[in-house]
Amino acid sequence: MQEAVYSVKLEEIIERFKLECVFCGENISDVMVESADINRPAMQVTGFYDYFDARRIQILGMVEHTYLQNQESWQREEKFRALFSKRIPALVVTRGLEIFEEMYPIAKEYNIPILRTQLSTSAFMSALISYLNVALAPRITRHGVLVEVYGEGVLLLGESGVGKSEAAVELVKRGHRLVADDAVEIKRVSSISLVGSAPEIIRHFIEIRGIGIIDVKRIFGVGSVKDNEKIDLVLNLEAWVEGKHYDRLGLVEEKTEILGIEVPSIVIPVKPGRNLAVIIEIAAMNNRQKRMGYNAAEALSQRLMEGIDKTRE
Amino acid sequence: MFSKEVLVCNQVGLHARPATFFIQKANEFKSGIWVEKDERRVNAKSLLGVLSLGITRGVNITILADGPDEELAVNSLVDLISSNFAE
Repeated sequence: MQEAVYSVKLEEIIERFKLECVFCGENISDVMVESADINRPAMQVTGFYDYFDARRIQILGMVEHTYLQNQESWQREEKFRALFSKRIPALVVTRGLEIFEEMYPIAKEYNIPILRTQLSTSAFMSALISYLNVALAPRITRHGVLVEVYGEGVLLLGESGVGKSEAAVELVKRGHRLVADDAVEIKRVSSISLVGSAPEIIRHFIEIRGIGIIDVKRIFGVGSVKDNEKIDLVLNLEAWVEGKHYDRLGLVEEKTEILGIEVPSIVIPVKPGRNLAVIIEIAAMNNRQKRMGYNAAEALSQRLMEGIDKTRE
Repeated sequence: MFSKEVLVCNQVGLHARPATFFIQKANEFKSGIWVEKDERRVNAKSLLGVLSLGITRGVNITILADGPDEELAVNSLVDLISSNFAE
């Protein structure tokens, strides 16, 4: 289920980057892009097609353009035929460069869209890659609540009825932000980061037992919500079990795996009357401090060791 | 893990009140229960989760359960949907 292949409509890319449709082709709305990698066909225009991945968007920049300009017309025709016959999803010409006459009939023959941007090749490439990485990221829906607390993305997990939504409302009242309630769509946007958001239909709604559905954005204002947030910390809320051992020092760092990425996580025991919002705030700040290089549990342990060494002397 | 596919064929689909009946039923069981539609899987015990799938009339969904009463849970929920929530 997690390793499914995702795709994005070429039309969405055109819209996002305001690309000029030099040649649209037929049924452009059916063209899907499945690869987050892109290719500059410099090697290919010279005739080298080993390891060529036809699923990638091809980007024609100044190098390829200048090379092709110095070729005879029949050679250009041959080279475009070789490239377009691989059924690439689209060819993007950067820097607003001129379109070669030979491209049109061959693009038409193989129905390959030709697009153009005014951006420089490197700028367009980096923007497109980061966009595609998000659009094509592996994703999963988790039952939980995602809040942003002091700039940290905190994912609250736990059984239904443990108090995740109530804690979220309390956090919002204290000036933090709600990202998603009940269902959190998590995307692995890079090999080290996860980003969560709410499914569009239920975005910024929250369910409170006894009251029903409330609209957080309407009640608390635009400052109380956020569309997406990275996930820095996972808090597993569970009913307090008498006699169970809970972490007292915080020296051992637990991790929770989501989409193959290990995220720092803590088990928070929940008891009626325990102020969850404050505890979540502290957990977020402590995690932030750890990332910035200070670990309170380690510092305390260090101080103890120094004390022991001194008494030995 | 036990699962079954079911076609939603009541008037409004799994929205508003039918959805509340559905999650109420799901909450009666101990097992973990999920609803799956087009590769998106949500907790069947969560109202907003189920609503977020946007299940309309004529959509096929899969109900999955894992736990001590998984078979009973899936069958009861499938029956509830098949009976059109006794509309």
